[in-house]
Amino acid sequence: MQKFSAWALFKEAFGGHQGWKSQYRRATPKAEYDAIIVGGGGHGLGAAYYLAAEHGLTNIAVVEKGWIGGGNTGRNTTIIRSNYLFDESARLYDHSLKMWEDLSQVLNYNTMFSPRGVMMLAHTVHDMQVIKRHVHANRGNAVDNEWLTPEQAKEFCPILNIEQNIRYPVVGAALQRRGGTSRHDTVAWGYARAADALGVDIIENCEVTGIRRDAHGAVEGLETTRGYIRSAKIGVSAAGNTSVVLDYAGVKLPLESFPLQALVSEPVKPIMPCVVMSNTIHAYMSQSDKGELVIGAGTDAYNSYTQRGGLHISAHTLESICELFPVVRRMKMLRNWGGIVDTTPDRSPIIAKTPVKGLYVNCGWGTGGFKATPGSAHLFAWTIAKDEPHPINAPFTIERFRDGLLIDEAAAAAVAH
Amino acid sequence: MLIIDCPYCGPRPEPEFTHGGEAHIARPADPSQATDQQWLEFLYLRKNTRGVFAERWRHARGCGRFFNALRDTTTDQFLATYRAGQKPPAVPVGGER
Repeated sequence: MQKFSAWALFKEAFGGHQGWKSQYRRATPKAEYDAIIVGGGGHGLGAAYYLAAEHGLTNIAVVEKGWIGGGNTGRNTTIIRSNYLFDESARLYDHSLKMWEDLSQVLNYNTMFSPRGVMMLAHTVHDMQVIKRHVHANRGNAVDNEWLTPEQAKEFCPILNIEQNIRYPVVGAALQRRGGTSRHDTVAWGYARAADALGVDIIENCEVTGIRRDAHGAVEGLETTRGYIRSAKIGVSAAGNTSVVLDYAGVKLPLESFPLQALVSEPVKPIMPCVVMSNTIHAYMSQSDKGELVIGAGTDAYNSYTQRGGLHISAHTLESICELFPVVRRMKMLRNWGGIVDTTPDRSPIIAKTPVKGLYVNCGWGTGGFKATPGSAHLFAWTIAKDEPHPINAPFTIERFRDGLLIDEAAAAAVAH
Repeated sequence: MLIIDCPYCGPRPEPEFTHGGEAHIARPADPSQATDQQWLEFLYLRKNTRGVFAERWRHARGCGRFFNALRDTTTDQFLATYRAGQKPPAVPVGGER
């Protein structure tokens, strides 16, 4: 691996920057691997990296049907936070948030992590009660979160409208200062580069078309558009298409896939120093380093695999954004797009073994998987390598839905779903 | 935005409707005898089909009635809508993926 540093930049400048090498090999599938990860997003590539770096499994591959980071990793709004209500969730997401903090150093790749603060707005008495409950629950779990008055919220985000004459006035806010954003593509590329350096094969344009199992039911290998690949361990990290892949092994999951939209404005000078989210009127916004305002809309009402959503969904979000941030009213939106998110009934993820031996799944991240990328990948790698869950992801099983042990962040409404 | 053909009222825009999830899921006939696995299947396990999918809709801001639809989840195109209680109509071969 070509190490990135100020010295490398200086040295390459003398060669007219012609000496930079490709950051990962375009691998072709071998006949057999010790483990294969299905899905070349942040979670999948990260899992491959941790399998190689922490568990010594280097004869492994990541298969991706398109190009790496082309799914939800490259489509999300890059928000990172860990202010979830329940103990299990707080442990999971805070594990991830702590890993974000030194991810750039670990990967020798600038992921542009920016802990600029995530502020969640309250608009009603009910919001105040729910959000204050979150603040207290978070503090009890050593997750930073604090309650702000509308004036303090405006001080933190000067373009916020705190006039009381709008339909849903701001009556307060919760602020997690350690939360923020990161450049999403770099996460896929950084993990791919670091995994590749450890010998991991990253195989793009390779769609899974079947899972072969032996006489005892254990997984034997993957049928793909680039041929059959043997492996006794398969980890599926396929986001919206997880149901489709696990169906090949006859495993049914409590998942439904919905389109989720995001949009960006034309780039402007820095006007927004933080991330602002509102559950009640369903809008969230931050500003990228390029200057675009990054806006997240809601999911469509129906399940779909189309990677686009209804215009009325994003229009509804923009109405809210214009009321909260009147300064953006005349700005143009440059692009909008959709991604397919796999949601569970309790809106908490599944990182677990499946009933099929050798088959593991990391799914159900719904509308908020990006923030969890390093932690999720780390725990999924552990689960695959040791054939048992790490204590942090032990509650996030498939069986919790049968046993009534839900981790009901849906009802807790960390965000509007 | 989808245009949805309510079997009672005709084609109307999507915001008049609410989505009711997968269709044709029967509640366990004898609930007190149902196992945890059967409840899991009834409550939570869904086909999440990539292809032609039978689903419920409710014309909430119209006639208020539930009905079913066949929709291709790879294109969002409706192949048919039909009244609650009816069996799904046959769809052209090759629809399922």
